[in-house]
Amino acid sequence: MSAPITYREACRQALRDALSSDPRTFLMGEDIGRYGGCYAVTKGLLEEFGEERVRDTPLSESAYVGAGIGAAMVGMRPIVEIMTVNFSLLALDQIVNNAATIPHMSGGQFAVPLVIRISTGAGRRVAAQHSHSLEGWYAHIPGLRILAPAVLEDARYMLAAALRDPNPVLIFEHVMLYNNEGELDSAVTGVDIEHAKVRRPGTDVSVIAYGNGLIKALAAADAMAAEGISAEVIDLRVLRPLDAPTLLASIAKTRRCVIVDEGWKSGSLAAEIGMRIAEEAFFDLDAPLRRVCGAEVPMPYAAHLEDAALPQPADIAAAARGLVRPA
Amino acid sequence: MTARVHLDHDHVRRLLRQMIRIRHFESKCVELYQAQKILGFLHLYDGEEAVSVGVMEALTAEDAVVATYREHGQAIARGIGMDALMAEMLGKQQGCCRGRGGSMHIFDRKTRFYGGNAIVGGGLPLAVGVALGDKMRGRNTLTACFFGDGAVDEGEFHESMNLAALWRLPLLFVCENNLYAMGMALERAEAQTDLAVKAAAYRMPAVTVDGMDVVAVERAARNAVEEIRAGGGPQFIECRTYRFRAHSMFDAQLYRSREEIQAWREKGPIVRFQSWLVKNGLIHEEEVRAIEAEADAEIDRAVAFAEAGTLEPVEDLERFVTMDAVPA
Repeated sequence: MSAPITYREACRQALRDALSSDPRTFLMGEDIGRYGGCYAVTKGLLEEFGEERVRDTPLSESAYVGAGIGAAMVGMRPIVEIMTVNFSLLALDQIVNNAATIPHMSGGQFAVPLVIRISTGAGRRVAAQHSHSLEGWYAHIPGLRILAPAVLEDARYMLAAALRDPNPVLIFEHVMLYNNEGELDSAVTGVDIEHAKVRRPGTDVSVIAYGNGLIKALAAADAMAAEGISAEVIDLRVLRPLDAPTLLASIAKTRRCVIVDEGWKSGSLAAEIGMRIAEEAFFDLDAPLRRVCGAEVPMPYAAHLEDAALPQPADIAAAARGLVRPA
Repeated sequence: MTARVHLDHDHVRRLLRQMIRIRHFESKCVELYQAQKILGFLHLYDGEEAVSVGVMEALTAEDAVVATYREHGQAIARGIGMDALMAEMLGKQQGCCRGRGGSMHIFDRKTRFYGGNAIVGGGLPLAVGVALGDKMRGRNTLTACFFGDGAVDEGEFHESMNLAALWRLPLLFVCENNLYAMGMALERAEAQTDLAVKAAAYRMPAVTVDGMDVVAVERAARNAVEEIRAGGGPQFIECRTYRFRAHSMFDAQLYRSREEIQAWREKGPIVRFQSWLVKNGLIHEEEVRAIEAEADAEIDRAVAFAEAGTLEPVEDLERFVTMDAVPA
């Protein structure tokens, strides 16, 4: 075990590693250089690697994301940062119409080995244009790989795996995770970006979560354990393509499932996961599927309203309890 | 800087031949469309041939091209073989994109042709990246990015112009101003109809040329390319041209008159160049007929190739949605 580090520092080490080990990599984004990054992830990298490889961009999401696509198509390995997921909508044309289509549309002549890092999620009291969880939308798009690192090892090592992927990869970093601190297991030197992972084994109910939802699900599992309910907590990690076998194996064991998703319930990633389970594991279930999702409102500013709009550990525990011990 | 265009026989013959090849290729496409062998959208370049032919003369094989959904002209002028193009139009496995792109999405790795983009303005950010990537890799190349007057309305145009100028990228922006964004006339869409002024706002050298004059386009492109290669950063050329046919095959053209189209046809790039060449003894009528016959034979061969092509197996429907490796 080594000294404790933050999730932010783990992300930064991953970027530093990428820049040090592969001359084709470079960073682009708003205020990633001189300012040090909106969430300070890239702090110090400009000084270390210079302006050619740590590129501050104008506020032109479409242009610099598109520039990342073009540069990836001619042999570079760009890592683009978008300050917050709501801003990524300004680059949606490039992500959906170019990055996700060109390999197929060109009949396999071109790959787009681009990594886009996007901060996501609520909890910082920054209201309805900086707090949404739109990663589920991106998980709808064929051609993209969507990652959501929740734990330090994933923050540290998912990037390297993403850079090895010949396809566009979007990494969603939940803003409430950046200050999380812990010890990075020095035995771990890499992670896969294919599979979901059981973070806490259990026998009574499967709780599927990702990002900051995972942290809340683990807290809920602690509370349930005190009541004698054994929850298995699965970190989805890879939002597209979904690792159905890991989810189904857990459900075959627990026969009950709660899906946690900070995104809005209607048309959510949680809906997709639930339907997969319904299609493939209906007869394994002893109870209805349950979802704990974000309330269907634009994220409000006031703290008590924002808290009420988000899945909380108590909500997750209540949903799970309702399945294990129905009234 | 004024680049010289040497109008010797070989050169003018090549310019004329390329324009004729494009025009005749597309005429055949119309027939095949009417026969329902080409489906979907078909955006014809008829009238605008001088733009792509003139610009391509100034490029080398190492340079890159980004084009729009009206890109048959660029594709042919760039040197993509008609066989692979026609097979793509017919949705065949032997098409340059194995039938997945079609008329609007021509890609060709060999000639560094980065699409065929059917989102108006969508190719510009990508072109910025191609130029950036080439520059970062130390390649002494440039990227020619074609787009229409409609793209100038898009935010992506302004973002890309600014970024290219800011980073002094080796990028040639070629605006094919055919006066209509689908049915929207330029003066109905633009507060400032002088498009070169918009480039100047990004401190980018810009010229406006007669896009119906292939030599004028070539000269402007050579001038711009010379300065870009010298490290001067991006340049902008507005080519004033006109689309003789409908926007696509579904367009009743309610927004313009027959008289207007006819007036433009009379000053079309082929008829104008060809009569000038003949009048000045640079080419003989018989040679023009020979070029036409040769183009038609090439097109017939391409059609036969495409017709004989095979269909991609449906089992491969999802192939290339994700790639197993970056193509070498």
